[in-house]
Amino acid sequence: MNPAARRQLPGGFEALPAWIYQRLQSTLDWLDRRLRPAVAGLSTRWRRSLQLRVATTTILVTSFIVLLIGQFLVDQIGNGVLKAKRDASITQASLGLEAANAAFDGVAPGDPVSIRQAVDQIVSDPVQSTATLGSGALFSKVVRSIDQAVNRQLPVSQPIPDALRRQVDRGTLAVQYAPVRTPGQAGEVPGLIVGQPITTQAGAFELYYLFPLTAEQRTLSLVQRTVLIAGLALVLLVAMIAALVTRQVVRPVRVAAQTAGRLAGGELSQRIQVSGEDDIALLGESFNDMANSLQQQIQRLENLSRVQQRFTSDVSHELRTPLTTIRMAAEFLYTSRTDFAPELARAVELLGNELDRFESLLGDLLEISRYDAGAAHLETEQADLRGVVERAVAAAGPLADRHGVELRCELPDAPVIAEMDARRIERVLRNLLGNALDHAEGRPVTVRVGFDASSVAVTVRDQGVGLRPGEAALVFNRFWRADPSRSRLTGGTGLGLAISLEDVRLHHGWLQAWGARGHGAVFRMTLPRVAGGQLSGSPLPLEPPGVLA
Amino acid sequence: MKPRVLVVDDDSSLAEMLGIMLRSEGFEPAFVPDGSRALAAFREVKPDIVLLDLMLPGMSGIDVCRAVRAESGTPIIMLTAKTDTVDIVLGLESGADDYVVKPFKPKELTARMRARLRRYDEAGGETLQIGPPDSAVSIDVQAHQVVRDGQQISLTPLEFDLLVALARKPRQVFTREVLLEQVWGYRHAADTRLVNVHVQRLRSKVERDPERPEVVLTVRGVGYKAGPP
Repeated sequence: MNPAARRQLPGGFEALPAWIYQRLQSTLDWLDRRLRPAVAGLSTRWRRSLQLRVATTTILVTSFIVLLIGQFLVDQIGNGVLKAKRDASITQASLGLEAANAAFDGVAPGDPVSIRQAVDQIVSDPVQSTATLGSGALFSKVVRSIDQAVNRQLPVSQPIPDALRRQVDRGTLAVQYAPVRTPGQAGEVPGLIVGQPITTQAGAFELYYLFPLTAEQRTLSLVQRTVLIAGLALVLLVAMIAALVTRQVVRPVRVAAQTAGRLAGGELSQRIQVSGEDDIALLGESFNDMANSLQQQIQRLENLSRVQQRFTSDVSHELRTPLTTIRMAAEFLYTSRTDFAPELARAVELLGNELDRFESLLGDLLEISRYDAGAAHLETEQADLRGVVERAVAAAGPLADRHGVELRCELPDAPVIAEMDARRIERVLRNLLGNALDHAEGRPVTVRVGFDASSVAVTVRDQGVGLRPGEAALVFNRFWRADPSRSRLTGGTGLGLAISLEDVRLHHGWLQAWGARGHGAVFRMTLPRVAGGQLSGSPLPLEPPGVLA
Repeated sequence: MKPRVLVVDDDSSLAEMLGIMLRSEGFEPAFVPDGSRALAAFREVKPDIVLLDLMLPGMSGIDVCRAVRAESGTPIIMLTAKTDTVDIVLGLESGADDYVVKPFKPKELTARMRARLRRYDEAGGETLQIGPPDSAVSIDVQAHQVVRDGQQISLTPLEFDLLVALARKPRQVFTREVLLEQVWGYRHAADTRLVNVHVQRLRSKVERDPERPEVVLTVRGVGYKAGPP
């Protein structure tokens, strides 16, 4: 794990003892290590899978809505049930009031025994206890007196909340939800207490009806469970539908993407199977149409390229045969030029020289048209770059002598092996050397070979006129000349560097130029060691050290 | 005696000019403009060397080359206007010893021809042996004979020269350039494909399994050498 990315505990934790702090930190690190790959994997899936995204979003949104609706439903049903119970309870209590009043009839105030009897009668009134009043049928009763002395003698099965008692004391009927004890059951259950005052000649009493809400609670929890299960099922169902629908859309898109990939890979006959007439089928049809026109276009271009190649080859043959005859004739005349008048002899000389130029120009033109037609192929083999450089330098020897330029060679001691088409690379080097010698202006030209693990490089440096700013990009252009006035003196066809660039490109290599006015120019060729390898850098610098561009 | 040259080319001007040039260089040229008549002319003229254009009416130069090679090891130099690798390698594989690309310089052509006509004329009955000891290839240089496992192997003069060059210095690794110079007579670097193709042809004749050579070994990145005697 990258230490810099280590998650730190937030400030404030430093106040903890050191060992706890360390423990916390190490736990955090452990979690971080464990969770990070999982999170990374998940986020990759999240980014890649439309289906996952749609399904997840659907689940979230549906869950939220189902939660809201469920909550609303449960609330409504709960309120309804409780309201019915409350109404029934109040009715029940009102009915019981008359019976209670009757029970107290004839009871003298301050007669505890009579009061006790009356209360017992009220509390245990079997008719009332089993009264058929709907869901509020089951209840128990409690009678309390304001008089504490009397109270003490009354049976107490249930404490009554003070708030309720105060309301009843004020002489009104009051209702409160509170836990109640039910006979035959231990503990308290949610319940409803209805209290009302009884005013008799025996004194003021409070009559409380205790309704357990067990049945209602059961109903409500059943409703809650049902809503929850229905909601979950709904969410799952919607998620599945979303996944299914997305899959229906995503699958053809994936097929299209795969087919497009194969098409891009060169399998031009790849098509999508289209069925139906929907939007997806339309996508498939449009894709196939595109592929068709692409294939036609490419075939047209391939034909064009073949025609061009054929033409080049034919032109080559048609031009070369007569040129051979002309060349032999010129050569023949040249060997006997001593027999001719001076003007005639000079004409023969010019003929020979210009034939040379014509020939190299023709050769270069054919070569470059071969590149343009895409007909150039590499014949790579492992070769020692030093040997190739040495041959090119040896071949450039006569030209160097003619220009009076010293050719220096800096080669490594170890072999510099790379996969290359040695013939083409030697031609590149000859071009670079010829170019450097033409522009060296008598100062030495240096060839240097360098290498690293994945690439090899050659630089050719002259210290002649150099290049003006911006010209380094132009030197590889066809027929480009740095200085039209002096170009006639040098022998190049104007295509040498353009061909060299193509040759190096064919190797997946680089051919670059650097130049500064008065400091000469550097041409650097970098090749991957393995055919088809990718270059990331060059073992030799392009700019010579100590020269500011 | 002047060396006889058979020129197979359909371009009459070129043929005529070649004739003038060859005569002045001391050759005795004969001409045939048609591929289909080339083999008959070859039998009749019995040339010391053949100059063969690759694009011919009647019968292609490649086919003429194969037909001549089937009955003789006479040196063949292709005159080709095609510089594509495929064409050149195809020509060499059909049996040509060397090639010059049109437009060639007359001196270049005569140098190529002389190199092919040159013979090893050292005195002494030299016999060389290369290859694995249990089945060595023995070369009788003077008699121009190569024998392996009691069987005589028929090589063209070029293939023979190539084998002798390698066999004379069995421990030395020859670069393709050195072989080009010693066998083909190129003074400076030329097409190394010449060497590759002819080594393959040589192997197909002298090796027991050309895929796993024992007589002419490849030294990767450098060139070739003779198998241990």
